[in-house]
Amino acid sequence: MRAPTSDLPIRFENVTVAAGAVTILDGISLTLNPGTPTILIGPNGSGKSTLLRTAMGLVRPSQGRVTWGGREDVPPTRRAIVLQRPAMLRRSASANIRYALRASDVARTEQQSRIDELLALVGLGQLADRPARRLSGGEQQRLALARALARDPAILFLDEPTASLDPAATKAIEDIVHAVSQRGIKIVMATHDLGEARRLAGDIVMLHRGRVIETGPAAAFFNTPQTGEARTFIAGELLV
Amino acid sequence: MPGDVSALQLVLTGDPALLAIVRLSLIVSLSAVVLAALIGIPFGAALALIQFPGRQAVIVVLNALMGLPPVVVGLAVFLALSRAGPLGSWGLLFTPKAMIIAQTVLVAPIIAALTRQTIEDLWLEYRDELTAMNVGPVGRVATLIWDARFSLVTALLAGFGRAAAEVGAIIIVGGNIDGFTRTMTTAIALETSKGDLPLAVGLGMVLIVIVIAVNALAWTARRAGERMAG
Repeated sequence: MRAPTSDLPIRFENVTVAAGAVTILDGISLTLNPGTPTILIGPNGSGKSTLLRTAMGLVRPSQGRVTWGGREDVPPTRRAIVLQRPAMLRRSASANIRYALRASDVARTEQQSRIDELLALVGLGQLADRPARRLSGGEQQRLALARALARDPAILFLDEPTASLDPAATKAIEDIVHAVSQRGIKIVMATHDLGEARRLAGDIVMLHRGRVIETGPAAAFFNTPQTGEARTFIAGELLV
Repeated sequence: MPGDVSALQLVLTGDPALLAIVRLSLIVSLSAVVLAALIGIPFGAALALIQFPGRQAVIVVLNALMGLPPVVVGLAVFLALSRAGPLGSWGLLFTPKAMIIAQTVLVAPIIAALTRQTIEDLWLEYRDELTAMNVGPVGRVATLIWDARFSLVTALLAGFGRAAAEVGAIIIVGGNIDGFTRTMTTAIALETSKGDLPLAVGLGMVLIVIVIAVNALAWTARRAGERMAG
């Protein structure tokens, strides 16, 4: 059974992440609360991926700290992430999901029904026995989503899951994300696609050069942006 | 084996002495590869995943050991197994078991070094996913070995090629005793020095055919497996 404690809220306290001389995240303070999807926007290299990976616990802050439900160093049992380029295990689609279920200690007797359910959710029921690495880009993204959901997360991080997909494949992903959010799973998703941000966001976190430029409910952010960077970005001009 | 009969005839008629030589060669080399895999694959995988001081030096030494001269290995195993040596009481010198030990020593570094490289490359790809799935160290090693299994076949084949081709180690520890420790490579060396070139050439061709057959078998298995698992 699930532990009653939650990973939420996730709190960044003055978090800096540096790789050598390069500062990727620069003094980020941010709280991710339960509720509607939080969308991270910002140009390439603004630190979206690193922020997600830090929130997941894959990257350790160089300075500052991250807490999950008020605790530090919480193993990722209630969190899951779909990486920007998900690695497909060299196994079938269904075996990829089975692997995640096994890693979450789901009972063997329940595994097959969960696999069927998750593959159906992402529309891959027909491709269960296909080697995962032979799937198309969009199918791999959906399988990565199913594999992440297999961990029964309370919070799901998505790193530009639609970045290289055509509109139909993008819609398939967004529909799943929407459905998952309706089930009460907190979504935190990075995108540089403003249309996607408008379609999915409950609230917005805008990053630029490793700093949080602006945060707030999506409607307020898009209608009355407070900063010059946000106005430039929303206007579709090049923010460099 | 009579020297005036051509090697082809011996092969075609299934000469028992020749078949015994071929069988012993295969038993020794394949046993050595299996033992070396049991040692080399876990060692290589651990070396790929575990960070410790001096790791780089271990990798350099391991890679260098891929080029161990067979005669030196043969000499070392000979000294260890000889009556006065530390393992002399086992009484293994000049037996097929001694030859298996020598070839295992020769092949294990090859399998370990190639495994280390293969597993490390796969780990770079899998690291974030397995960390995100909270998979522990033992689970990581098992996952990586399983998912790299088709690439690891290549490491095993490299090891088998080395074992099947070498003569220096097994001739020292085996002694090339007719009907007991004579293999294809030691027989070729002997027949060549005796001047029976046709028999030596025939044996050489049999050896090459067997090595190609083993590789073809492994390749087919690998391709079939990859089609199933991607």
